Amino acid sequence: MNWLLEPWSHGFMRDALAAGLAAGVACGVLGVFVVFRRMAFVGEAMSHTTLPGLVIAQAKGFSLMAGALASNLVTALGIAVLSSQTSRRRGIRDDAAIGVVFTGMFALGVVLTARIGSWRDLSHLLLGNLLSVAPGDLVLMVCAALAVLVVISALFKEMELASYDSTYADLIGIRSQRLHALLLVLIALAVVSGVQVVGVVLTSALLVTPAATAALLTRRMVPMLWLSVATAATAVVGGLLLSYHASLPSGATIVLVATLLFIMAWIRRRVQLS
Amino acid sequence: MKDTALSYGGRHLHAPDPGAPALALDGVVAGHSGALPILQDVSFALPVGKRFALVGPNGSGKSTLLKTVAGLLPVRGGNIRVFGLRVGACHHRTSYVPQRQSINWDFPLDVRRFTLAGRFVHTGWLRRPAVECQRVVDDVLASLGLTEIASRPIGELSGGQQQRLLLARAAAQESDLLLLDEPLNAVDAASRLLVGALLDRLQRAGKSMIVSTHDVGTHDLPFDEVLSIEEGRVHGSAR
Repeated sequence: MNWLLEPWSHGFMRDALAAGLAAGVACGVLGVFVVFRRMAFVGEAMSHTTLPGLVIAQAKGFSLMAGALASNLVTALGIAVLSSQTSRRRGIRDDAAIGVVFTGMFALGVVLTARIGSWRDLSHLLLGNLLSVAPGDLVLMVCAALAVLVVISALFKEMELASYDSTYADLIGIRSQRLHALLLVLIALAVVSGVQVVGVVLTSALLVTPAATAALLTRRMVPMLWLSVATAATAVVGGLLLSYHASLPSGATIVLVATLLFIMAWIRRRVQLS
Repeated sequence: MKDTALSYGGRHLHAPDPGAPALALDGVVAGHSGALPILQDVSFALPVGKRFALVGPNGSGKSTLLKTVAGLLPVRGGNIRVFGLRVGACHHRTSYVPQRQSINWDFPLDVRRFTLAGRFVHTGWLRRPAVECQRVVDDVLASLGLTEIASRPIGELSGGQQQRLLLARAAAQESDLLLLDEPLNAVDAASRLLVGALLDRLQRAGKSMIVSTHDVGTHDLPFDEVLSIEEGRVHGSAR
């Protein structure tokens, strides 16, 4: 029991837990939409495109969270404009639009790193450093998670409908393209939180793996949302405990626990189907 | 049919113009914006309570016509009136049943929840469908033989069941004008009978409808008139 409780006697571990759970809730909820709208590539792109904002924030002494958020909002806007229905008819596919914005922003981050930062400074951003989240960033992460929960709760039936039948959503006056843009902004918020927890390189795992795990356990939307959040929370708690006791990098350990939970759910599903 | 304060698109329930046909097209030119128009000078009127077939090969403009009437594509010339109102003035009165391929059937959703979406236009933003909506959904599911599979995920349905489900959602909307895009395409015999029976019931209740199809001879639905469409131009009775 002491193994489970002792780590939380440290303030930095409690902050890490709060930050991890905030990111886990936001990513867990949005991950279900990301997986079933086939937007996993968006999560990958969003996490990498935080780099220019992070570099500038680091160099100028701004909040890293604010820098990453500004960078991601530019990305979300760019993807929303390029992947609009009008652009699709003019020959720009969704994945191509994401690819162009994603690589362009990441390249900008690399160039900025070479000019005004250093790879040594940014290594903890690329791989996550949950154990040293600034108090201001923790507040922003909790606010981001609350924003995700409030918006998804308020617009749940519209988000759901636009996700499986955007034509019918448009027919009854729900502008599905605007909801898509709103979803991208929410994903930007969640990813910025995720970057603090597991780093730029692994954030898409926090977005996709819990939702994919939940999808193996149920075929209903609301239970799937709960299971996705529970999986993310379990990964955060388990990952932090393991990283504390075994001196492992916290971000990567959280992702490994999430991956382990996915494998267990996959085996359970295989057994059920056989 | 109910209005709601927080209606989608700010569009509220409007009473139809007395004596106006369910649908009137006058010299309509339409297609995707930024591309050459597909529909050319289309004119016809669908009286209230009538069922028209729209017959034409792939690419003839059937879906474009239905989507334009539904307000999903812009009218680039001419005029369309739905119960005497401009297109999109009242979302409540028009339902469009798309082809099955346009739905993401992998989405985690059961049959009942999918059908309930037909009531969303009456609830609007921020509100949950009321208990009476569940009653409407129950009735519709029963009429289409879907009650026993109401809890089944939509991804586990057969093609015929999926088509019935699309019609169930449109029926749950309780719209007055139904636009059905190839509703009997690749559908099993049992589903055809159930769909046909529901369309008959809706027509007896005064609903108007346009049913697009490749070939009116391949199913047994009776039509009040058959319109043929070819290269975006609509001609009179093809029967």
